[in-house]
Amino acid sequence: MLQAISSNAIGQSDVVAFKLADQDFCIDIGLVREIRGWTPTTMLPHAPGYVKGVINLRGSVVTVVDLSARLGFGSATPSQRHVVIIAMHAGRVVGLLADLVSDILTIDEDHIQGVPDIASNPAREFITGMITLEDGRILRKIDLAQLLPVPHGADA
Amino acid sequence: MDEFREMFFVECDELLEGLANGLRKMEDPDFDKETVHAVFRAVHSIKGGAAAFALTTLVTFAHRFETLLDLIRSDRMDTPPQIIALLHRSSDCLSDLVMSARQSAEPDQAHVDGLLAELDALIEDDDPVADTSFEFTPIVLDFGDAPTPAPTAEEGIIVRMTPNFELYRSGNDPLALLAALRKLGDATVELNVDAVPRLEDWALERPQLGWTVRISGAVSELDVRSVFEFVDDCCRLSISRIEEEQPVMAQLPMADPVMDTPPSPTSAPQAPVAEVPPVVAPPAARPSGAVTEPAQGATIRVGLDRVDRLMNMIGELVIKEAMLSQVIQTAGLHESPDVVAGLDSIRQLAGDIQESVMAIRAQPLKLVFQRMHRILREAADATGKPVRLVTIGEQTEVDKTMIERLVDPLTHMIRNSVDHGLEDALTRQRRGKPQEGTITLSAAHRSGRVQIEVSDDGGGINRPKVRQIAEDKGLIAPGSNLTPSEIDQLLFLPGFSSKDEVSALSGRGVGLDVVRREIMALGGRVMIDSVEGKGTTFSIALPLTLAVLEGMLIQLGGQTMVLPITAVQETLQPDRSMLHGVGKDSQLLANRGDLIPIIDLCQTFGLDEAEKEGGVLIVVESDSRKRAAFRVDGIFDQRQVVIKSLEQNYGRVPGVSAATILGDGKIALIIDPEEIILSLSNDHGRHMAAMASNG
Repeated sequence: MLQAISSNAIGQSDVVAFKLADQDFCIDIGLVREIRGWTPTTMLPHAPGYVKGVINLRGSVVTVVDLSARLGFGSATPSQRHVVIIAMHAGRVVGLLADLVSDILTIDEDHIQGVPDIASNPAREFITGMITLEDGRILRKIDLAQLLPVPHGADA
Repeated sequence: MDEFREMFFVECDELLEGLANGLRKMEDPDFDKETVHAVFRAVHSIKGGAAAFALTTLVTFAHRFETLLDLIRSDRMDTPPQIIALLHRSSDCLSDLVMSARQSAEPDQAHVDGLLAELDALIEDDDPVADTSFEFTPIVLDFGDAPTPAPTAEEGIIVRMTPNFELYRSGNDPLALLAALRKLGDATVELNVDAVPRLEDWALERPQLGWTVRISGAVSELDVRSVFEFVDDCCRLSISRIEEEQPVMAQLPMADPVMDTPPSPTSAPQAPVAEVPPVVAPPAARPSGAVTEPAQGATIRVGLDRVDRLMNMIGELVIKEAMLSQVIQTAGLHESPDVVAGLDSIRQLAGDIQESVMAIRAQPLKLVFQRMHRILREAADATGKPVRLVTIGEQTEVDKTMIERLVDPLTHMIRNSVDHGLEDALTRQRRGKPQEGTITLSAAHRSGRVQIEVSDDGGGINRPKVRQIAEDKGLIAPGSNLTPSEIDQLLFLPGFSSKDEVSALSGRGVGLDVVRREIMALGGRVMIDSVEGKGTTFSIALPLTLAVLEGMLIQLGGQTMVLPITAVQETLQPDRSMLHGVGKDSQLLANRGDLIPIIDLCQTFGLDEAEKEGGVLIVVESDSRKRAAFRVDGIFDQRQVVIKSLEQNYGRVPGVSAATILGDGKIALIIDPEEIILSLSNDHGRHMAAMASNG
């Protein structure tokens, strides 16, 4: 069985696992600030297609990235059941739109494998590793830095 | 240690500011004695602090500066304009030295040495042996028939006092003062009734009764002063030593012109030639009668980030309050008087708190204006034009962030006015103007904005020349039809510099376009007004704060957006007859004879197209007086919105200046009308330039 949630021991790390178009993904738990339900966004003019817009997170303006569109699954039509994972990277707060959050898991870093050569772009750019779980599922580990919208110029 | 060091520099900033301030007061021939003391203390404190951090250059200079001030303080040196100018330069130099010490940079040693030599020359001229003789001055001055000191064996002090009405009204008794004086030594008291008017002219509020007290023995002036410590602002007082037989101490400045003592000869004669034009604060700028600065209350130092956090939370509170009132509305509770009253008082409180926090952040413009005196002095020296700076409304308060960011634009504008605005002394003379030019820096609150003006009494903008330069530089097409104010606007174009030769002063590759950009970044605008032969006025209009903005809420392709109300000129529901198509995509609005280009905001922001026919047009004007009509789907409210940065978590969005949070918790983008209009005219400008090069 999987281990229960534990503090980061040496060689282990905690991740938040979530689902997107029936595939399992995860990101490092240290990056995640909170998980909240979907709320309608305010669109940003001239923004790339995968930027859903901005939401109000207790007074801060937070960009929401449509992971489904970013990973090439096509634009999501968010409903009440969708979740937004609020993550922080390099001082910037960003919301990641996902279908649902499934688990918080502790994984051995030894078990993270490299990404085999796959044809599917753009997903390959954003996945840094694969983890095979004991129940046979495969977690795709996401690199947040790659995902985020470029601050300025992407829209030009 | 670094922490203490930083604290020292922060203190230095305050001390230097007080120093410059005091020196300006000393330009007035009958300045308050206390001013010299304050100036001396400031330099002394800097010296003391600098010594603690082993800042040798700073200490050496401050010491010499202090010595000179001490001479003035003890009335061994007079303060004609040359000396004041030297003091100003020393103060500037001290400020530079503090700056270089702070940045651990090398000071301009040659400059420092030069000044030190000047200071030394003055100090060494003063013979300390002959020091009690007040009229001994180290520089040659024509004193006319200044009285020669008549040394007497008698030692003591003469106190002349004439209490004001204030003294009597506040319940003080002259008798108590006299009794206290008698305690200091062997005293003879004389009553002066010369000034007392005849009974029919007698006025209760103008008491003229005075006393002269001669106290013999070793009495120090300080002892006498301490007797009058609590009443010295409501009593005309002069203290002199018997052996000098002349009043030396300056009288406390009074609104009442009647003086019972002869004016001190030190203040009467002027130096025959003033080599350096004195920068004199206008007497009008000082409120008559007010002698002392407003009392300084207890203060604490608080980090700006704490205040900002408070400001953020209050922004939240305002939003939450709006949300709450919306919820109450939907729940149908808004008719209940209790709920309404409760909600109203919360709203009131939130508003009050917001104002209070904004008041914490608010600082008087004095902080910037004071620095401009130095800028002006340097500019005047560099151009050789005699100039004086008049400041009005220094107490006008604006947000602290703005204070800091106003320094550069104002510096540039002052330099620009001295360099380009004012004529040289000869031309001024020919035109019948006073040789000395005047630059007025004023500030005032005007309808929810702060208006700052820099005006000169120079020749005004030479419009044909400006036009010629713009044509030569390809900024406008030759022969374009421009109104005078449009020509003035050319000064703000990037790449425009009106002086043929690049001058050391304002021609540093920085043009007025930079000034405008910086002001715009603060949410303000710059305007020019120029009358030929009379002068030019630059006015800056700034919002009171960077935290909130009065906005018009508009509907645009299913989104709510905010348009700053300051840009809006009018809103109208256009008639079909007012709209005229030009080419395939463009449309013009004919409004009272003006043709205004229409910008479809839905198109600008890539939103679903609104139907071409419906909607509302909002006529907006940019700072450059360019107008456009924005087509929107509807307008539904006008309110204060809290400004939230979009760049922090995302980045810049073209045509959007920031974001805000609406009552329902949703985010609305704040439109930047300036940028949208400018993007239109930039294309236009390029088009014109292209035409010019083809023709």
